[in-house]
Amino acid sequence: MEYVIEMLNIRKEFGSFVANDDITLQVKKGEIHALLGENGAGKSTLMNVLFGLYQPEGGEIRVRGEAVNITDPNVANKLGIGMVHQHFMLVENFTVTENIILGNEMTKAGIVDKRKASKRVKKLSEQYGLNVDPNAKIEDISVGMQQRVEILKTLYRGADILIFDEPTASLTPQEITELIQIMQRLVQEGKSIILITHKLKEIMDVSDRVTIIRKGQGVGTVVTAETNPNELASLMVGRQVEFKTVKGEAFPKDTVLLIEDLTVADYRGVEKVKGLNLEVRHGEIVGIAGIDGNGQTELIEAITGLRKVKGGKITISGKDVTGKKPRKVTEAGVGHIPQDRHKHGLVLDFPIGHNIALQTYYQAPISKGGVIHYEKIAEQAKRIIEKYDVRTQSEATPARALSGGNQQKAIIGREVERDPDLLIAALPTRGLDVGAIEFIHSRLIEQRDRGKAVLLISFELDEVMNVSDRIAVIYDGQIIDEVLPQDTSEQELGLLMAGQSDRKTKAGANEHV
Amino acid sequence: MAKRKFGLGLSLLLASSTLLAACGEEETPEVAGDTGDEPTEEEVFSVAMVTDVGGIDDKSFNQSAWEGIQRFGEDNNLEQGDGGFDYLQSASDADYNTNLNNLIRRGFDLVFGIGFLMEGAVAEIAQQQPEAQLAIIDAVVEEPNVASVLFKEQEGAFLAGVAAALMTETGKVGFVGGMEIPVIERFEAGFRAGVEAANPDVEVDVQYTGAFDKAELGKTTANRMYSAGADIIFHAAGATGNGVFTEAKERKEQDPDANVWVIGVDADQYDQGAVGDTNVTLTSVLKRVDNAVYDISTMAMNGEFPGGETIVYGLEDEGVALADSRGAITEDVLAQIEEFKQQIVAGEITVPETVE
Amino acid sequence: MSNRTTNLLVPVLAVVLGLLVGAIIMWVSGYDAIAGYAALWDGIFGDLYRVGETIRQITPYILAGLAVAFAFRAGLFNIGVEGQLIVGWFAAAYVGVAVELPKVIHLPLAILAAAAAGALWGFIPGLLKAKFHVHEVIVTIMMNYIALHVVNALIEVVTGGSERTERIFPSASLRSPFLEALTDYSRLHYGIIVALIMVVVMWFILDKTTTGFELKSVGFNQHASQYAGMKVDRNIILAMVISGAFAGIGGAMEALGTFEYVSSKGGFTGIGFDGIAVALLGMNTPIGVVLGATLFGSLKYGALNMPNAANIPVEIVGIVTAIIIYFVAASYVIRLLIERAARKKEAK
Repeated sequence: MEYVIEMLNIRKEFGSFVANDDITLQVKKGEIHALLGENGAGKSTLMNVLFGLYQPEGGEIRVRGEAVNITDPNVANKLGIGMVHQHFMLVENFTVTENIILGNEMTKAGIVDKRKASKRVKKLSEQYGLNVDPNAKIEDISVGMQQRVEILKTLYRGADILIFDEPTASLTPQEITELIQIMQRLVQEGKSIILITHKLKEIMDVSDRVTIIRKGQGVGTVVTAETNPNELASLMVGRQVEFKTVKGEAFPKDTVLLIEDLTVADYRGVEKVKGLNLEVRHGEIVGIAGIDGNGQTELIEAITGLRKVKGGKITISGKDVTGKKPRKVTEAGVGHIPQDRHKHGLVLDFPIGHNIALQTYYQAPISKGGVIHYEKIAEQAKRIIEKYDVRTQSEATPARALSGGNQQKAIIGREVERDPDLLIAALPTRGLDVGAIEFIHSRLIEQRDRGKAVLLISFELDEVMNVSDRIAVIYDGQIIDEVLPQDTSEQELGLLMAGQSDRKTKAGANEHV
Repeated sequence: MAKRKFGLGLSLLLASSTLLAACGEEETPEVAGDTGDEPTEEEVFSVAMVTDVGGIDDKSFNQSAWEGIQRFGEDNNLEQGDGGFDYLQSASDADYNTNLNNLIRRGFDLVFGIGFLMEGAVAEIAQQQPEAQLAIIDAVVEEPNVASVLFKEQEGAFLAGVAAALMTETGKVGFVGGMEIPVIERFEAGFRAGVEAANPDVEVDVQYTGAFDKAELGKTTANRMYSAGADIIFHAAGATGNGVFTEAKERKEQDPDANVWVIGVDADQYDQGAVGDTNVTLTSVLKRVDNAVYDISTMAMNGEFPGGETIVYGLEDEGVALADSRGAITEDVLAQIEEFKQQIVAGEITVPETVE
Repeated sequence: MSNRTTNLLVPVLAVVLGLLVGAIIMWVSGYDAIAGYAALWDGIFGDLYRVGETIRQITPYILAGLAVAFAFRAGLFNIGVEGQLIVGWFAAAYVGVAVELPKVIHLPLAILAAAAAGALWGFIPGLLKAKFHVHEVIVTIMMNYIALHVVNALIEVVTGGSERTERIFPSASLRSPFLEALTDYSRLHYGIIVALIMVVVMWFILDKTTTGFELKSVGFNQHASQYAGMKVDRNIILAMVISGAFAGIGGAMEALGTFEYVSSKGGFTGIGFDGIAVALLGMNTPIGVVLGATLFGSLKYGALNMPNAANIPVEIVGIVTAIIIYFVAASYVIRLLIERAARKKEAK
């Protein structure tokens, strides 16, 4: 059997940390080979070794049967290895052609021959069915198109082994379908593809074989046709994974959060929440389902005191918190997992321990009389890191160095340990792998079972369906309907979220006029 | 391995430093000992100066002072360096003390501080080194071992005012000052008085830029004045005034018939005003710092150092003067200027020091 | 190679490389580089007078560096240290000449006045940034010009038309006959102790107080800090006020120590701007600032001896000292080279 790429017994260390421990990856010519693993399992490290960004401490790399020493990305390029990065490396106000030839300009007497380059780009685009306009500016084309430009870039440089790093992370479902077609076309034309992902569905849809790595170690390679998502998930996580969240019945008690006629405007002064009413009780999870941009962000910011309230009233456990400062709201018993954990949830350059103390640093025992005791912060951090299984070298590691799932676990640890009556979780599982998603869902349910109130905001239907006890559908700044998960279907919810409140149109209209 | 090499390097460095330090220590007491008026073996007299931040090529009073010292050196067969003549340039206000001290330690018999900015430093060093002989230009330091030199800038500026008032075609002239300090205000007062005496109808536009080292400010100020109808600008603004020249030259370049003139200050700034074959320099108010420096040095060499005294140089003793206009000023105007000069020298006109 | 050796090696190599390139420039320009460096060394350490003067020169650099570093840690770029230092200089000198009090009251009062003046000068850009989101770089630059001209005008007002105040009363002076006698009548004054106390103060605020935690948090990520309930506006203003106070005290060092008066300035002192480089050299840590200021102050002061003893023109001296500082600042390049060399060795 002919392999185009063989990475044999690769070992890569960072200080005392072993990122890749004896991993073997063999890619056949003309196949789509998936590389599966949790966030932080070592997938990216392995690919960076292949691409020449890291030098391995051990092992051997063979390309088309020959042992090679890939010292930098230029060597990789020459060997025909191209990488389509997760975060595109494109110059916004350059055209597609300009971006593609950047750093690889064909010159005629020192002058860049753009027309010739543009023709070649067009030809490549047609050959692989990419449908890219070589003269469009990057800032004018969609994210999916930009990704195709990245693919073209590698093809233009003569790559026949393409590495796709989490290619679907920022694509719409439609774009994902198209990407899968493109990948299949590439393979038909004789290219080989390595697909890095943690999404099982994609792997099942598109790959020929799968290599799984877990915690830096190779678990094995399986043929996609001979496996199933359940097996892949347990190989990846190392134990049995439940896709359907298990939870008992909810026993809601008295009201925690009560929102009456809430009106909130966004930064431009446009009303985004328009007379919204909502109630969340002790011992229940209320899921807010809706399409992005229907007022969810403004609603959360209004509750947590980050945004001015234009009208209406918000009470928590009977206490009026309308227009109160964030800290007052927090101290009234609210925990908050923000939707953008990098921007709002963490100070990325702070140690993870400091981040865990971000809501408690000013209280005893950490702070006394204006003096802060960092050893108490470390104590607290160690406890929460242990309890919430945050995988980090130590509490002094910068938050930036943690994987997304571990960052999120730290945030949840921080918020839940304060024992708030109301936990607001906004898109808590965005970008996380199955293991982390399962962990986070079970924590939310645990809170409910301890008699706390949970408000879950999500754009993902199955998450809302699986976790919530009650679903409130938000559309255009109002709760247009409330349904119970067991009484509804994804189809019905989808329609409601699109504003087609067929079932209770009249009732809804009456309520809110 | 690498560590050991560096250890070696470091110890070498330290060793050389001790050596150097030792040399320094050996020299210092000896040098410090022979400061003052105690005559050296061959009766050679040495002189040095400290510039302010302007430097000896400022085309102004630092340069002028250095020219005076060089002339003194040549006339007395001195070499540049220890025991002859020399200068040190200051990079900031805090450097004056050190530079004065360095020169005294090197045994110079007379050390000048050039410019009013050095007043505090000269006073302090004079107290610390009572044996040293110091002199300061443009300020008064009341210490027995310091000679203070002032100029009647107003008298030179008065003549510039006369020239401007008689030569202007637009009936409007300008004055660009550096900072509003007494020295510069004397220029302004003299210039105004000169214009007033020669032709009371001529308007004087006065602007202070607040800096001596901002040529771009000088340029914009001059631009405003010329645009507002002034045709002759007198600047007393050091390097800021270079911008006035730049503006005038640019206008002259664009339109050779443009009626723009600059009156320079301190040194003859004729070279500054050259535009091709023509020149925008009408004349310059010379402040003969060189003459003063030469004069004081000669006195000190002859054992007549005017310590504790303040010497004021004016038109009479050629401490201030107008530079050769090289034909830019007409003969009849020159005659009138000469007339005013005689009246000032004779004491018939007293030029005010301040603007009332 | 271990981390510690690298950490030691990098600055040493940086200085050596800087000296080498500086030497080449001197040689190319036709000057004796060895004599030049001997003069530089001698100018810094040559005798007690020079050591005293070098330390005096370092003092305001420490405070200017602290001011920049402190603001930096709170995510603010305080270019206004120069202006804050100038108003501090004036305030200290004014208190020094306006009244005569017992030293135990007068001296602290003068320093406090300088701190307050600098703090005020930092407060304004802080307020504008916090409330109206005006970028602090723009405001602080403008505040520098305002400081320069306002102080020049104030000097004229308080002195009745002169360009220089009287000398301050000895009761407000940081000068000390003891230190002067110790260093052969240099202008070394007690300011260095004040500066070192401020180093400890900065360390304490940043690393030991709750406020310091908030300032650092806001400096890294305002959004997350706001989410965590911190008052971002208040922290921005506070950071600028404390930064300005450090700078103001830097001015007091000049007013009460080096000069003992304040005079009209034709331009900026440059100390505040050099403070930016000092802070960056010191990686915005209190101890780093002391090291950065020592390098800066020593080179600045020692360089004066290069024209004096080796006849090298000030322009060349300026280039040489700038190159040395440049190499130290660019030491990460050297770090990179060392690491690459080490990697190659390991690979073999």
